[in-house]
Amino acid sequence: MTKLTGLTIAQAREGLKNKEFSAVELATEYNAAVEAARPLNAFITETPEKALEMAKASDDRIAKGEAGIMEGIPLGIKDLFCTEDVLTTAASHILDGFKPQYESTVTTNLWKSGATMLGKLNLDQFAMGSANITSFYGDVINPWKREGDNTDLVPGGSSGGSSAAVAAHAVAAATGTDTGGSIRQPAALTGTVGIKPTYGRCSRWGIVAFASSLDQAGPMTRDVRDASIMLEAMAGYDPKDATSVNVPVPNYEASLENGVKGLRIGIPKEYRVDGMPAEIEKLWQQGIEWLKAAGAEIVDVSLPHTKYALPAYYIVAPAEASSNLSRYDGVRYGLRVCDEGDSLDDMYEKTRAAGFGDEVKRRVMIGAYVLSAGYYDAYYLKAQKVRTRIAEDFNNAWKSCDVLLTPSTPSAAFAKGENSDPLSMYLNDVFTVTANLAGLPGISVPAGLDSNGLPLGLQLVGKPFDEETVLRTAFALEQAAGFEAKPQFMAG
Amino acid sequence: MTYMIKGNTGDWEVVMGLEIHAQVSSNAKLFSGAATTFGADPNEQVSLVDAAMPGMLPVVNKECVRQGVRTGLAMGCEINLKSVFARKNYFYADLPQGYQISQFEEPIVKRGKVTIDLEDGSTKEIGVERLHLEQDAGKSIHDQHPTQSYIDLNRSGVCLMEIVSDPDMRSPEEAAAYVSKIRSIVRCIGSCDGNMAEGSMRADVNVSVRKPGDEYGTRCEIKNLNSLRFMKQAIEFEAKRQVQILEEGGSIDQETRLFDTAKGITRSMRSKEDAHDYRYFPDPDLLPVILEQAWVDELAADLPELPDVKKNRFISDFGLPAYDAGVLTAETENSAYYEQAVDAGGDPKLTANWVISELFGRLNKADMSITDSPVTPENLGQLVGLIKDDTISGKIAKDVFDDMFSTGKMAKDIVEEKGLKQITDTGAIEAIIDDLIANNPGQVEQYRGGNEKLIGWFVGQTMKASQGKANPGVVNKILKEKLAG
Repeated sequence: MTKLTGLTIAQAREGLKNKEFSAVELATEYNAAVEAARPLNAFITETPEKALEMAKASDDRIAKGEAGIMEGIPLGIKDLFCTEDVLTTAASHILDGFKPQYESTVTTNLWKSGATMLGKLNLDQFAMGSANITSFYGDVINPWKREGDNTDLVPGGSSGGSSAAVAAHAVAAATGTDTGGSIRQPAALTGTVGIKPTYGRCSRWGIVAFASSLDQAGPMTRDVRDASIMLEAMAGYDPKDATSVNVPVPNYEASLENGVKGLRIGIPKEYRVDGMPAEIEKLWQQGIEWLKAAGAEIVDVSLPHTKYALPAYYIVAPAEASSNLSRYDGVRYGLRVCDEGDSLDDMYEKTRAAGFGDEVKRRVMIGAYVLSAGYYDAYYLKAQKVRTRIAEDFNNAWKSCDVLLTPSTPSAAFAKGENSDPLSMYLNDVFTVTANLAGLPGISVPAGLDSNGLPLGLQLVGKPFDEETVLRTAFALEQAAGFEAKPQFMAG
Repeated sequence: MTYMIKGNTGDWEVVMGLEIHAQVSSNAKLFSGAATTFGADPNEQVSLVDAAMPGMLPVVNKECVRQGVRTGLAMGCEINLKSVFARKNYFYADLPQGYQISQFEEPIVKRGKVTIDLEDGSTKEIGVERLHLEQDAGKSIHDQHPTQSYIDLNRSGVCLMEIVSDPDMRSPEEAAAYVSKIRSIVRCIGSCDGNMAEGSMRADVNVSVRKPGDEYGTRCEIKNLNSLRFMKQAIEFEAKRQVQILEEGGSIDQETRLFDTAKGITRSMRSKEDAHDYRYFPDPDLLPVILEQAWVDELAADLPELPDVKKNRFISDFGLPAYDAGVLTAETENSAYYEQAVDAGGDPKLTANWVISELFGRLNKADMSITDSPVTPENLGQLVGLIKDDTISGKIAKDVFDDMFSTGKMAKDIVEEKGLKQITDTGAIEAIIDDLIANNPGQVEQYRGGNEKLIGWFVGQTMKASQGKANPGVVNKILKEKLAG
C-alpha cells in the first residue's frame, strides 16, 4: 500500500470516503512525518494530540455521513494564524508564551470543513522575509538540494515552514499568508502550489497583521486541485473584517477541467527584468507555448508602472507594519523586559529591543521614517499614488486579456548567505508584489527544474475575485508541465 | 462688557478656542462590541479588539457614525459624505494598539456655528471648525502600587466626538457659555449625556493673549477640564500667567498644560519639543466611511426641536425675555417641564418666573435635578392658575410652594386644607375696611387732608386683619372709594 502521506487532498478525501483508511490512521502517519521532518525546522509547535483528537471527530462525522470538503485532511498552520489555546508566535520572541483565547476566521473555516491540525509552521518573523531566515525559532531548510551539492538551501519566505512541510510531505497542505509574495515565492522555491486570493477574499481576522492593506491568506498545496479545494474552505465573507468582501465563494474545483480554449493570456513585457537568468526566460516561453497548445490566445500587454512596484511596496508595507507592531509593547501579553524601577519608556525599549529581530526592527524604522512629518508626502503618499497607477495598469490589461502569465521568482532556491543582504533579498518579490499592491489573485505553479535540478515556478495573475480563471489556467499549466520531481528530503 | 486682563502696559485681550470631547451615547464602543456603561469594575468592559490582541480588527459601529452626523447637523455643520479614519501613532500604556483611531484630514463633519447666550441677554456666534469621531484611550492608575501602574481598559475604544471651535471666545464666561451650548445641543438630540463629572464631556482650552488689534499670540493648551468652574479658573489663571511673562519681556512657549484643581494653577505637561510626531495615515483596516445624502437628509428631518429654535419660539410665542428663554431651553428637561407647566397653568410669563426663580432656586439648594422635582409641572401649573384667577395672592403662593416642594402635595389641596383662599368677596373686605375706618378716625382725617401715602398703612392693616388672604387689588380699590368718603 502506498504511504498515506503520499496522497493529495483529493486522493485522501476519496480514500476516507471509501473507508480505505480512517482519519485517525491518516493523522497518525502524518504525526510520524512531522517528527521525521524535524531536520527541516519547519514547525514551531507540533500538535500531534490535537491532530488525533480532531481526526477522531472527523471519523465520527464521516461515519454519520456529515463529512466536510476537507474532512480528515491534516494541515500545517503558518504560525501567523491565531489558534485557540495553541502557542502563536509569528516566529517572534516578542510573542513569548502567547496562547490566544480565540481562533482566526480562516482556521475556524478550515476546522468547520473537517480539516485537522498537525502543528504551527515556522515563518519569517512577522512574515518579513523571503528566505525564512529571520525567525526567532531558527532557519527553515528547503527539502530540495542542488544536484551533487549538499548545501542547505532556503525554502523561500515568509511562508517557508509551510512550503518546506508541503514539499516534504510532512503535511497534506498548509496555510500561508502573502503580503508581497510570501505564498507564491516559497511555493516556487519548493515545487509546490501556492495561491494568494483577491484581497478581501479570505478574512484577516485573527491573523497577526504585517501590512493590513496587502496581507491575504491562501493555501499551499501539492497541486492545483488541492489548492482549489482548500481555498474554497478558507474563503468567505467575514463581518469582523471590514475589508472582507461579501461575494459568493464558488466551487473552484468544479471548473478546473474546463480548459483554457479561447482564454486570452497576457504577457507583460515589463516582467523581462535586467539580469533575469536565461532559464527563467526559457521557462516563461515554455509556459506560453503550453498554454497556446492548450488553445489559449497569447496577448502582449504592457504594465508600464511595474518598475515602481517594488519601491512602493517597500514603503507601504513597512509603514503599515510600523504601526501594526506598536501593540507589542510588553504591557498586556508576550514578552516583557523590565527591571525594578524602570520607566514605561525603559520597558518599551528593552522589550522591543529584545523581542524583535533585526529585519523587523529595520522595517519598523523604515516605516516610522516614511510616515513621519515632512517625509509623508514624499514617501507614503507617493507610494499610494504609484499603487493607484499599478492598479490602473492592470485594469487596462484586462481590456485585452483574462489572465497574466509571468515567472514567479527571478531565481531558484538559494543558500543562506547568497544574495541575502537585505536589498537583494527584497528583489525576490519583484514579480509578486504587484498583485498585492493591486489586490489581485495570483498563483505559483511548479513548471520545471533549473540546471541544478531545483524547481522553478510560473505565476498567473487574474482579475479581482476571478480565482476560478486563475486556477483553471494553473491547472492547464500543471497538466502540460507534468512536474513530478520530488525533493531529496522526504518526511512522509 | 469686554473682558480684559489689566496689565502694567495696558489691557490684554484673551483669545480662546476649545476642543470638546463628547462621549457618544451608544451601547457599544466605536470599533468593538464591548459595553460602555460608566462605573463598571476595571477591565470588565474590554473586548479582544479593545485590548489590541494580535490579529484583531476594528469594525465601525454605525450608531456612532449616526450620532456624529446628527450632532454635526444640530450644530448647523456640513456633513462630509466621505470621511476617513486615520491612525494617530504614539506609545502609552493605556493605548493598547499603540495608535488611536481618529479622523485627521477628512473628518465626518466640518464648518458650522453655534450661538451662545450670555448673561446680559446678548448672544454671540462661535465658529465650529469640525467634528470628528475617535477612540478614547484607557486609564492609567498610579496610586495602587508603590512602583507599578495599573491599567483599566474599560474606556479604551469608547467613541468620542471631538468638536473643535474657532478661536472666537474672548472671556471665561464665553468659553463656559460655549460649552454649555454644546452640552445643551448634544443632550437635546441625545448624542451624548453631557455628564462632565463622569467624564462623558470634557474640554481642552487653547488660551493666548494679545493687545487688542494685534495678531494672535502663542497659545497654550490646557487639557482635560471637566467642569465649567475649573475651566473658568484655569483660563483666568493661564491668561494672567501669560500676561505676566509677556510684560516681563518673556515669550510664551507653545505647550500643553494641566490645571491643578487643588492649587488653582496650570502646570506644564509637555512642551512643543516633546510633542509627538503622530505619523498619521489612513487606517488600512478600515474603508472610508461613505454616506448617502438621502440618509443624512433623513437624520436632519428627524432631529428634535433644537435649543435655539425652541428659544426663539419661547420668545415669540410666550413673550419671554431672551435670557429667560435661554435658561429654559438650555436643558431639554427644563423646557419640557416648563411647557407642561404652561399647559396646566396658562400664563407663560408667570410660569417662567416661577420655574426660574422659585423652582430652580429650591432644586439648587436641595441639590436635586428637575427630573427629581417633588413638584410636578402640572402642580406648578396649578399653582400659577390659582394666582392667575386670584384664588391666592403671589405672597401666599410662595408659602404654598414651599409646602408643595416639601410634601409633593397639589397646590389646590394645600390652599384648601390651610384655608388660604384669597378673599375677593367684596362684602367681607368692605366689613374689614368699615371697621378700620371707624376705629381709626385720626388716620382717616390725615388721609383726607392730603396725606395720600397713608393708603399703604390702610392696605397693610386690611391685609393683616384678613391674615394676608384679602386680594390686594380689591382692597386698594375699596379703600380708595371709602376713604374718598
